[in-house]
Amino acid sequence: MTSSDDFMRGVRTFAPSRRTVLGAGLAAALAPAVRAKEPRITLTVAAFPLVDQIVKDAIPQWQQRHPDVAINIVMRQYDDHHTAMTTALSTAVYLPDVMALEASYVGKFSDGGGLSDLLQPRYDIARYKDRFVAYAYDQAVNKKGQVVAAPTDIGPGTMLYRKDLLDRAGLVAADLQPSWDAYVDAGIKIKKATGANLIGNVRTFKDLMIRGGLKQGQGIYFDSDSNVLVDTPRFHRAFELSVRMRRNDLEGHLETWSNEWAEGFRRNMTATELGGSWMVGQLANWVAPGTKGLWRAAQLPESTWVSYGGTYYAIPRDSDPGKKALAWELIEMMTLDPQRQLAALKTQDAFPALLSAQADPSFDQPSEFLGGQHARLLWREAARHITATAVHKQAKFAEDAVNVALDSVLDDGVPIPKALSDVARLLELRARR
Amino acid sequence: MKLPAFLRLSPKWAPYVFISPFLVLFAVFGIFPLCFSLYLAFQSWEPTGGLKAMEFVGLANFAFALKDAWFWTALKNTLWLAIASGVPQHLVALPLAAFIHASFKRLRDGVIAVYFLPYITSTVAIAIMFNALFSKDYGLVNAALAQLFGMSHVDWLHDVGHIKPAIAFIVFWRYVGFNTVLYLAAMQTIPGELYEAATLDGASRWRQFFHITLPSIKPMIFFGVTLSVIGGLQLFEEPFILTGGKGGPQQSAMTSAVYLFREAFDFNDFGGASAMSWLLFVVVALLTWLTNLAFRTRKEAA
Repeated sequence: MTSSDDFMRGVRTFAPSRRTVLGAGLAAALAPAVRAKEPRITLTVAAFPLVDQIVKDAIPQWQQRHPDVAINIVMRQYDDHHTAMTTALSTAVYLPDVMALEASYVGKFSDGGGLSDLLQPRYDIARYKDRFVAYAYDQAVNKKGQVVAAPTDIGPGTMLYRKDLLDRAGLVAADLQPSWDAYVDAGIKIKKATGANLIGNVRTFKDLMIRGGLKQGQGIYFDSDSNVLVDTPRFHRAFELSVRMRRNDLEGHLETWSNEWAEGFRRNMTATELGGSWMVGQLANWVAPGTKGLWRAAQLPESTWVSYGGTYYAIPRDSDPGKKALAWELIEMMTLDPQRQLAALKTQDAFPALLSAQADPSFDQPSEFLGGQHARLLWREAARHITATAVHKQAKFAEDAVNVALDSVLDDGVPIPKALSDVARLLELRARR
Repeated sequence: MKLPAFLRLSPKWAPYVFISPFLVLFAVFGIFPLCFSLYLAFQSWEPTGGLKAMEFVGLANFAFALKDAWFWTALKNTLWLAIASGVPQHLVALPLAAFIHASFKRLRDGVIAVYFLPYITSTVAIAIMFNALFSKDYGLVNAALAQLFGMSHVDWLHDVGHIKPAIAFIVFWRYVGFNTVLYLAAMQTIPGELYEAATLDGASRWRQFFHITLPSIKPMIFFGVTLSVIGGLQLFEEPFILTGGKGGPQQSAMTSAVYLFREAFDFNDFGGASAMSWLLFVVVALLTWLTNLAFRTRKEAA
């Protein structure tokens, strides 16, 4: 920020008269005299919504340490941000000093070599390994064993349910948890008793199910040797239960995040939702604030321990070498300072990846939206069980192809074995590209 | 006042200097991307690794594209949409132009402007408008169909069977005015005496249309059809925006252009996408050549 900006901000609070505006011009002319105190170095942080706010909130603390280093946050919407980062990495032009990345993109970018290896002595992230949630750290390790990003927040998978609707069906959360079949069975009872759907979008259900029971280091769609895992019992079962859900009319046919999907929650037509712990913040803030107090959280059915999203900070390999030390210091502050992690939890519902932040007394706050439940303890427990999932280069395509296959099964009645073997063939062609 | 000699442009260089702005821009935005994509089509490239990460793979990208089931699905979608939106454009534009040409004198420019308006409207605005019109529960299209024919509500943009006709209709609506203007311009160059002579000989307006108008504007029809073939095969904006960039339910509205965009930017495979774009170019060239053959007069062909 330049000094004339500061001055203008002052002017605005004083309600400018003509004279002060003229004065501003004069001050601007005299500005070079004041410039001595101006930051000499600017650190650029590229981020997407909410992460940008978390970094912004940290600026005062950073300024105390480094009054001469300004932080410039470049915010873009989620998709635009990651497209821009892909472009920046491919051309090595306009690279930020610090790059925020969503978990799936860490996997996507990790083997390209565009991100600095944080194991290098100058960063030496290995010494902090035990301070992070284990899977969050492992998730940033690429095939060569390099660590390409530092975890800041995580999204432990959780099941959210409407206690009032379950009550009316004479059910408790434990009735939904033993297995995914039990979950669907409960859905039939809920539908009968209340008319509500079990879930808004059957894809969400399928996505959670196919993430369950993965071995350490295995991907959802490919194993570590790029063998396709789609035509396996894990997918067959998820598809079969999806069909059963559709036949019993337990899902709303609603596209996640659409207006109709949100409306389903508002009108008490959706009894459960599966996703990351951050879903609570979404429901509470905009999707269905009116349903406050009616929701509860529970562990996912069938002891499915999965992570759903999360945020990392990375340093591009080709960014300004002179600023890398500062960039790393900022990342250390954001990821290793419990106060920063707790602030992000408090203001943006960003679940800390730092274990000491999870142990802090202020961590365990009852959630009003969840009727006073101490849900964070539940998610802390879940985070301990989650293991890292390898993200294959073709994972995004695989996700699309599987979604198309599920639609063809549900809408056109294509037999499941055919749909899945078609996807497998499609993926085999790409697996080693 | 005379400029000093070193500032004066010699007549020898002047033409080059004056033409250079176009050539520079064309080189940067036209030739370079073209050559780069041709180069990329033979490389395997993990883009986040930077430009150094390219690796020559010969024809592997082309082989991959030809074996990829989605490439063929996209091509079929494209051909379907090109025919369903292109053929009606000309079948409507021709008689419409003849009608406007014959029936409007002073109002002609106004009428033609109305038809031309969709062509110059931004695609994003069009997509938003049709999104609202085709909405399942609140859209005017469904409301009208229910009112007129008692039809139940159709989920135009999220239903495998309905999204293609919906998009074809939008493309038709958008370009029919453009073609009408082309034909109208051509009709205005036909000498009035031809029609007068025909009228004297007792030719009906119907016969006049088939024996004077159509043959006279044949070169323009060739031009218009060629543009439709090329434009139809490269269809991108409408399906891209209406499906949120994803290709629609079960990829039923994924045209080749949408697919190769996704292949590059969603699936990070720039080499494969470049190969597909060159394969698409071959298809476009082939069909344009066939169009040319179809329009050649018999004498020339012989």
